[in-house]
Amino acid sequence: MTDILMPALSPTMEEGTLSKWHIKAGDEVSAGQVIAEIETDKATMEVEAVDEGVVEAILIEAGTEGVKVNTPIARLAGGESAPAPRAEAAPAATVEAAAPVAAAAPVSKPAADPEFPEGTPMVKITVRDALRDAMAEEMRRDDRVFLMGEEVAQYQGAYKVSRGLLEEFGDRRVIDTPITEMGFAGIGSGAAMAGLKPIIEFMTFNFAMQAIDHILNSSAKTLYMSGGQIKSSIVFRGPNGAAARVAAQHSQDYSAWYANVPGLKVIAPYDAADAKGLMKAAIRDPNPIVFLEHEMMYGNEFEIPDVEDFVLPIGKAKIQRAGKDVTIVAHSRMVGFALKAAEKLAEEGIDAEVVNLRTLRPLDTDTVVASVKKTNRLVTVEEGWGPCGIGAEVAARVTAEAFDDLDAPPARVHQEDVPMPYAANLEALTVPSVEKIIAAVKQVSYK
Amino acid sequence: MARAAKATDTGTTGSAKRNVSKDELLKYYREMVLIRRFEERAGQLYGMGLIGGFCHLYIGQEAVAVGMEAASIDGDQVITGYRDHGHMLAAGMDPKAVMAELTGRIGGSSKGKGGSMHMFDIETGFFGGHGIVGAQVSLGTGLAFADWYRNNGNVSFTYFGDGAANQGQVYESFNMAKLWNLPVVYVIENNEYAMGTALARASATTNLSQRGASFGIPGETVDGMDVFAVKEAAERAAEYARSGKGPYILEMKTYRYRGHSMSDPAKYRSKEEVDEVKTTRDPIDHIKTMLEQAGVEEAEIKAIDNEIKAIVMEAVEFAQTSPEPDPSELYTDVYLEA
Repeated sequence: MTDILMPALSPTMEEGTLSKWHIKAGDEVSAGQVIAEIETDKATMEVEAVDEGVVEAILIEAGTEGVKVNTPIARLAGGESAPAPRAEAAPAATVEAAAPVAAAAPVSKPAADPEFPEGTPMVKITVRDALRDAMAEEMRRDDRVFLMGEEVAQYQGAYKVSRGLLEEFGDRRVIDTPITEMGFAGIGSGAAMAGLKPIIEFMTFNFAMQAIDHILNSSAKTLYMSGGQIKSSIVFRGPNGAAARVAAQHSQDYSAWYANVPGLKVIAPYDAADAKGLMKAAIRDPNPIVFLEHEMMYGNEFEIPDVEDFVLPIGKAKIQRAGKDVTIVAHSRMVGFALKAAEKLAEEGIDAEVVNLRTLRPLDTDTVVASVKKTNRLVTVEEGWGPCGIGAEVAARVTAEAFDDLDAPPARVHQEDVPMPYAANLEALTVPSVEKIIAAVKQVSYK
Repeated sequence: MARAAKATDTGTTGSAKRNVSKDELLKYYREMVLIRRFEERAGQLYGMGLIGGFCHLYIGQEAVAVGMEAASIDGDQVITGYRDHGHMLAAGMDPKAVMAELTGRIGGSSKGKGGSMHMFDIETGFFGGHGIVGAQVSLGTGLAFADWYRNNGNVSFTYFGDGAANQGQVYESFNMAKLWNLPVVYVIENNEYAMGTALARASATTNLSQRGASFGIPGETVDGMDVFAVKEAAERAAEYARSGKGPYILEMKTYRYRGHSMSDPAKYRSKEEVDEVKTTRDPIDHIKTMLEQAGVEEAEIKAIDNEIKAIVMEAVEFAQTSPEPDPSELYTDVYLEA
């Protein structure tokens, strides 16, 4: 007897819809045969049998949504037993995959967003769709805006962020490129010099390393070098940071790299509101923008204000959770980790304030410093490496501007100083975790 | 004029018998002499310490920028690498603003913040002035993308050298330019040396006009020392790109008389080689001979020379008297107000 399990079809898939069965009880199944179709929020894919045998029972009916990875979906009589999933080794159970954080998006009770008063109607949306809506709205507003990148058009985006855009805007404005990062980053930069407003999607920011020359030398510096004559209104966007189990070359946080460069604005949204409001602001901004998304956040749902033309200011941090004992400064996915840590710390009587940086350049020093003046303690959290990192910068600014208010040296939580390992256990040891944040908070609290 | 341009076309387009008006001869003579006198003075100011950093002179290559310019219309764009003074003057930029940029003064086209390698001028459609070898090829393709997007009938003239021709992004750009049939004319200024490396020491194939062959981009080799050969090729290429057929490559066989930059003694080539080019292929001598054959008086040519000298000396004067940028300029032009 062999169970057929719900497969993970991507590094980040946790559940999916079992949309269709091609087999029924009593059918004989051979290895390689297509037996079912599965839908995730990214794609529909076929499932092939690995084992041979006669179908004894279909365990999950076609049309069932939210089927967790590794759930038995059908049973074969005969054949060899498939290795049973070992919970402690499965990605979903590791700290890195952080299913609790990702699945149950932390219900933050933000200090009222100054831009939107209490009572504003809210709507639930994924980060992925928030980004798509932001691009679509801006493309409707301004014909100069176009999207270019690998698989953005016909494939609907490697992570389905550009879903539906080709259908609405056509192939003049939603353009599939060859695999040629340096080339299309340069073409985008040149088009921006000529006055268009390109959105250049990198399938991940790891691949943008092939194109970083154009981001820095051809875009960030152009206004200055031309004495103010040539503007570069361009958005370079895509997923950044630690993905899941894709190892060193596909899992790196470039926040500090880009935040180092004058002429660039660097944005790292956490939730759907950040994603939508800041993407719209980024596209409108006349400067070159690096917009660092997070693959692990795309599928997460959040509430956003249900208002027309929701735009957030670039360069403003947000107090994501108000507190009085310690300031935790984070950006992107780490804001969720910080909120989770704050919840646990609250149980122990430590009231943490979580600052979501939202923008890394220009960095909202005022908000951070004001928070530290209140709490007298600072912990920074980032997925990138520590040396010369965002945390180092925040700590330096806080020590310069609020030295006398600090009751403890700032502590930094960041990726361990190694390339990202593949092995699940090593990966979990390498990246920041809720536990590491809690430990750092206790360290600065002398508890 | 629509000579069939095939990817296999390797013939060099050189001088032929032409019916050229006296006015046209004088115009090109004037424009080329302006570049040469300007560059000679720039070299002198560099020697005096008034120009700093890198300074790459265009002397010897004048016919390329001047001949190409003849095929451009309003709204066309020009972009090149760091050897850019000639293109700016040919595009019609004010010699004073160019020279003052070289001396790092507020009157320079980039307020003194760009220098020799980073100058721009929206008015004349000059998009730099780029210091990273090969980057301008992707950027120029992007300018052409903007023309295609706007369907405005304009063309991007994207210049690069034989050295840049070996950069990977050149071929990434060729591929997309042909894939989308963007209106771009790639002008490869083959001056035979990438800094100190002769073409054959760096390039597995030395016929650069055929570098687009695998993408289906037509190319031709042109005598880049003959302003009329350049002009005619430029018209063919621009017409091809403007009509929606896509990119076109012109390999200009040219030569730089000076070192790669002011600090390069050019020991990698013989004095005889340089002298040979100067005496037999000089683009200005060539047109001067044509002027004489056309019966233009020596006095008339001399008058132009004097006029150019005055323009250049005025630029030199301006470049020394225009003040350095105010310290308050340090933090301007980093960002635009949103």
